[in-house]
Amino acid sequence: MHSPKHKPARGPIIRRAAIEAFTKLDPRRMVRNPVMFVVEVGSVLTTILAAQALVGEGEASFGFIAGVAVWLWFTVLFANFAEALAEGRGKAQAESLRKARQHVQARRLSERDRHARAEQVPAAQLRRGDLVLVIAGDTIPGDGDVVEGIASVDESAVTGESAPVIRESGGDRSAVTGGTRVLSDWIIVEIRSNPGETFLDRMIAMVEGAKRKKTPNEIALDILLAGLSLVFLLACATLYPFSLYALETRGQGAPVPITVLVALLVCLIPTTIGGLLSAIGIAGMDRLIRVNVIATSGRAVEAAGDVDVLLLDKTGTITIGNRQAVELLPAAGVKVEALAEAAQLASLADETPEGRSIVVLAKEKYGLRQRELANTEARFIAFTAHTRMSGVDLAGREIRKGAADAIGKHLKAKGGGLSPDIQALVQTIAKSGGTPLVVAEGSRALGVVHLKDIVKGGIRERFAEFRRIGIETIMITGDNPQTAGAIAAEAGVDSFQAEATPETKLALIRGKQAAGHLVAMTGDGTNDAPALAQADVAVAMNTGTQAAKEAGNMVDLDSDPTKLLDIVEIGKQMLMTRGALTTFSVANDVAKYFAIIPAAFAGTYPDLRALDLMRLHSPQSAVLAAVIFNAIIIILLVPIALRGVKVRPHPAAALLRRNLLVFGLGGLVAPFIGIKLIDLVITTIGVA
Amino acid sequence: MTAHALLQCGVYVVVLVALAVPLGGYCARVLGGEATLVQRLLGPLERGLYRAAGVRPDDEMDWRDYTGAVLWFNLFGLLVVYGLQRLQHLLPLNPQELGPVAPDLAFNTAVSFASNTNWQAYGGETTLSYLTQMVGLTTQNFVSAATGIAVLAALARAFSRRRAETIGNFWADLVRSTLYILLPLSLVLAVALAADGVVQTFAPAAEVELMRAATGPEGQVITQQTIPLGPGASQIAIKQLGTNGGGFYNINSAHPLENPTPLTNVLECLAILLIPAALCLSFGKIVADRRQGWAVLGAMFAIFLPLLGLCVWSEGQLAPQLVELGVDPSAGNLEGKEVRFGAAASALWATATTAASNGSVNAMHDSFNPLGGLVPMWLMQVGEVVFGGVGSGLYGMLVFAILAVFLAGLMVGRTPEYLGKKIEAFEVKMAALVILLPSAGVLVGTAIAVASEAGRAGISNPGIHGFSEVLYGFSSASNNNGSAFAGLGANSFFYNLALGLCMLIGRYGIIVPVLALAGALARKQTVPPGPGTMPTHTPLFVFLLAAIVVLVGALTFVPALALGPIVEHLQMTGAHP
Amino acid sequence: MLSAIRPALILLALLTVVTGAVYPLAVTGIADLLFHDEAHGSLVVATAGPVGSELVGQNFTRPGDFWSRPSAVHYDAKSSGASNMGPLHEGLQEAVAARIATLQAADPEAELPVPADLVLASGSGLDPHISPAAARYQARRVARARGLPTAEVLALIEGHTEGRTLGILGEPRVNVLRLNRALEEIQPSP
Repeated sequence: MHSPKHKPARGPIIRRAAIEAFTKLDPRRMVRNPVMFVVEVGSVLTTILAAQALVGEGEASFGFIAGVAVWLWFTVLFANFAEALAEGRGKAQAESLRKARQHVQARRLSERDRHARAEQVPAAQLRRGDLVLVIAGDTIPGDGDVVEGIASVDESAVTGESAPVIRESGGDRSAVTGGTRVLSDWIIVEIRSNPGETFLDRMIAMVEGAKRKKTPNEIALDILLAGLSLVFLLACATLYPFSLYALETRGQGAPVPITVLVALLVCLIPTTIGGLLSAIGIAGMDRLIRVNVIATSGRAVEAAGDVDVLLLDKTGTITIGNRQAVELLPAAGVKVEALAEAAQLASLADETPEGRSIVVLAKEKYGLRQRELANTEARFIAFTAHTRMSGVDLAGREIRKGAADAIGKHLKAKGGGLSPDIQALVQTIAKSGGTPLVVAEGSRALGVVHLKDIVKGGIRERFAEFRRIGIETIMITGDNPQTAGAIAAEAGVDSFQAEATPETKLALIRGKQAAGHLVAMTGDGTNDAPALAQADVAVAMNTGTQAAKEAGNMVDLDSDPTKLLDIVEIGKQMLMTRGALTTFSVANDVAKYFAIIPAAFAGTYPDLRALDLMRLHSPQSAVLAAVIFNAIIIILLVPIALRGVKVRPHPAAALLRRNLLVFGLGGLVAPFIGIKLIDLVITTIGVA
Repeated sequence: MTAHALLQCGVYVVVLVALAVPLGGYCARVLGGEATLVQRLLGPLERGLYRAAGVRPDDEMDWRDYTGAVLWFNLFGLLVVYGLQRLQHLLPLNPQELGPVAPDLAFNTAVSFASNTNWQAYGGETTLSYLTQMVGLTTQNFVSAATGIAVLAALARAFSRRRAETIGNFWADLVRSTLYILLPLSLVLAVALAADGVVQTFAPAAEVELMRAATGPEGQVITQQTIPLGPGASQIAIKQLGTNGGGFYNINSAHPLENPTPLTNVLECLAILLIPAALCLSFGKIVADRRQGWAVLGAMFAIFLPLLGLCVWSEGQLAPQLVELGVDPSAGNLEGKEVRFGAAASALWATATTAASNGSVNAMHDSFNPLGGLVPMWLMQVGEVVFGGVGSGLYGMLVFAILAVFLAGLMVGRTPEYLGKKIEAFEVKMAALVILLPSAGVLVGTAIAVASEAGRAGISNPGIHGFSEVLYGFSSASNNNGSAFAGLGANSFFYNLALGLCMLIGRYGIIVPVLALAGALARKQTVPPGPGTMPTHTPLFVFLLAAIVVLVGALTFVPALALGPIVEHLQMTGAHP
Repeated sequence: MLSAIRPALILLALLTVVTGAVYPLAVTGIADLLFHDEAHGSLVVATAGPVGSELVGQNFTRPGDFWSRPSAVHYDAKSSGASNMGPLHEGLQEAVAARIATLQAADPEAELPVPADLVLASGSGLDPHISPAAARYQARRVARARGLPTAEVLALIEGHTEGRTLGILGEPRVNVLRLNRALEEIQPSP
């Protein structure tokens, strides 16, 4: 988590949330949350009843009704506050993002030529397909692809990463984001999004929660909560005629006061989860942004929690990108120094990381100094797709290195061939997951260089965690099956797809989906786009192409493929937090019944006192204590709602057992203690 | 609770499970259309029925067509029963020359039998002609039960299919359930009952000379007794097996000719829970994971057994007020109970008949001690899902399972899924409806009754117990049970109409969402289980499911129960005299 | 939707024939063949004709007979019924007090407590049984009225007590009609 600029101060956020808690009381907004709307209606009703008690004859003492009314209002305000607090963090971030694109002017080109006629237009007027020239010092006016030129770009405004990145036309590093700054050189950018649809716009909308749509699970939960509220509404409303009948047959006591019924209703309906539901959703998106991932929708984040298959590219995700030479294995009769020298010579002009690692190995392990060959009449043979070899011709020596089959062909043409011991070495290295490079001089193979993939530290443990929670990991690689198998084993993935092409990737995803799995993958290249579009959760790298970004439903600003693992956890955490607080909320009701029912009928049926397990002070203090507990618990649970419950790498059965114990049993017991304590406090200070 | 009571209940449960296992497998085969021994016998009859009706049993229906077929069939059944009652004076087989039944009572009775409730507002032999009883009521005993099994079969199929549009053929499910499940079982049970003294004859009532002439209530001298006979065993067998409960005699299975011995008693009592328990195991077989069936059955027992214990214990007590008068409390509360059954077997029956939506009685629930009466009342209020009606109990329980999965499933960090089907907004909406509708019927109905003159007029017991009578009545009707705190004078325009509506809502207000649910589930992709899937066959889930049922039932009805049996119990035990 | 109407009507009619007519007739046929007496009300037939059903209680009020349980329908078998009074119903308490008083009036030596089934009404109103305790409770009164030794009456009760079925099901009980008829054979009531 490296986003120093996204860390707004807490004080102003809390202040602003406190104010917004009041503005959110607007019934037109409240009605979107049926549970809290019921509480608001109850607050209004009890306030009227309190006023009635103040001016004339009320159904109970003014102090009692007013006390209930005040705490009902607090209940609504606390819930609003929680939501405003969650939104507040995002808003602060959105503001800093907005600054990034203020007053940007663009040079719109009439054609794709650096020297074409350019006009100055505000960035907001750029449309899809426009071409703009951006030179050093300019802010890139919109999202798009570099179609010409190369430049270093400062993307810190979006990613928080201060090191500049290279953006160039063609290939997989062509995408640029509006709001970032060109530091050197120039590029021509073809704009890919219309105003209001840019990445920055999406990001702002996301962090502000303004366009936040309810996720599918949230909608389902909402329905359940509304259903429960309706049941409790019935249970409470019918109590009034029941109490009238009881009163009549009994001839003592009074009908149950409306205030008590409202209090009972508010205590029973799931206000805890109802009040915190949207805060949980917003906080989840916020957590995602803090790990520098932008999701196009909450639905995608939730889907991440459901993912049970992860497709991971070998390079960059599982291994640290490049293979390194780790060993030189000479053929029979060849001295290892001779092999080292030949290998080094063949690699001197090879600027690939592999090539450089051979030079380094030769130097460090075999004490060969790096030689300057620039002035000799060395002729370097570059790698071509046709020959699949590289090497050097030097003073009559003809040194080549390359894949075993390529070198074999080369030697055969010269009347030689690969000796059995070389072939054996090649086999051994391949089997171990390494890549063998055969080094040959003239018509003779000198030996084999062992190139090895380096698996990232800690990745094995991470995969083991995923296996425990039921997520299958599949490594995707272009390597041959043997090599892939060895790396897969070393990294601890569940399976792998070797010699992968965009088509086989797509087929793999479709196959998994047909079997009912949800698939997540990362990708960056344009050829990943079909697979990204097919996957249920697709994280595009920010360094990737615009096509990839559009096909995915999330963008990782850090372009770190392991981020997928964080995203899955955040998705799960959102669901778990909702489930936990719902369970807690419903479990709470039991204690509230034991507090309120005996109190409500204290006059008619004193026998019901036997149900008052908490031995509360008086009927009025019992009702008030329950209402206060109900309000305060919302505030107490705000940290859990915002932070999320802890995700543990356990199988579902173990998670369920644990969470049921904590939130189910805890929810059953906590209010007994809480209500008793509150009852003690309010009777001591004489409120009731 | 005595050791003997414990032993009796224990034996009952063991035999029940032992019978449910093979029957569960058999029912699954029948509903799957597989050939069975009975099918070889009655196959021609089955095919004949299809031919006559012009249906092809293999033509599958989508959920809308299936629902349409269910509703049409039930509507016609309802109309036939209504029409028979209204026109019975013009029709044959009416030796007592009974007149037409009043419209409100005829409506109530028609709804009652079509909806598998068998609430009896009418006075048995004195209201309905033989034709009405046989053609109307007996037939509905079979087909209303078969309707429940059919709807369950559709739901179970929906779980086992993936990306399917159809959920089966209602006509095939209806005919197979009737011919291959209900009919053979009824035949066996009816003969067994007749062997032990349950009447089964078309002979007229027998007149016997009394051993001692007696004085009647109006002072008249009575020297003869009329022993009413009739085709009892055949009707009793299906009323027990089909969770119908409408008795042959007015006082139901407390009548010594309907339930003459402890043996017939245990057979009839086993018949109450047999099919509902067996269908749980059939469900496991249909969804190809038997453990799922056992888990649901386990959850049912997890609720049933403690309540059984409470009821048996409660009826083993005698009210202190009666003990004070000099009554020996050792045999328990025998008011309204038969000596041959005693308190324990009566409480066992009461718990079973209300756990299932049967409603037959072998003792008068109205005279139970308050907590003993609370048990049957609350078992109905939880929605008749602890065994429940044949088919309907299990589909109700599966709706609760969906709810349990949704509530707790979120806690494992995945979109909740049950048997591989994701539980999303639509499923939750249907589940909420299924739970909300009967509860609304109970609470709103009771509220209107106690608030209105018409409602209060039917109350017989004074005070708190009177409230319990009304609450019990609406709980029974809204959940399609049919048993009563029989003191309630329910044959009035108000109760006939109100309870009739409650029965309609409680039956079809649930069948329609359940079939919609089936349609939605069948269309879904099936998620393969893995370590990340919340398991739904473990003891933890069994506990969770039971807890959700209990919690929802408790939270909804505790206030009402507090004003009825709970406060009555507190008064009886004299905490505050 | 409408296509379901025809099959609904036809299947309803045919299933009515199968379940409403064929099924009860089949059961009646089998029962008639195998369990004729049981299926016909388990009548107790004396030389003069049927004198009752073994399964349906009769009302006895003479001190020399064993009394059946209180009945809400006065043992009129044309109907059946119970008091339906809850345990706290004042009417129930009054009735129980009156029944105890009657028992004590018939046998002044009778002690309290009274076996519950003797003063609490049955469910059917036609209960043919009383508990062995309720029979023993009446033994002294019956013996005195018939001029028999109490021990003999107690032995008769013993002989007419049916135990629990298989030792597990139901409760021990005495059939009142049978007991009274046996009593009548030993020593006709005065």
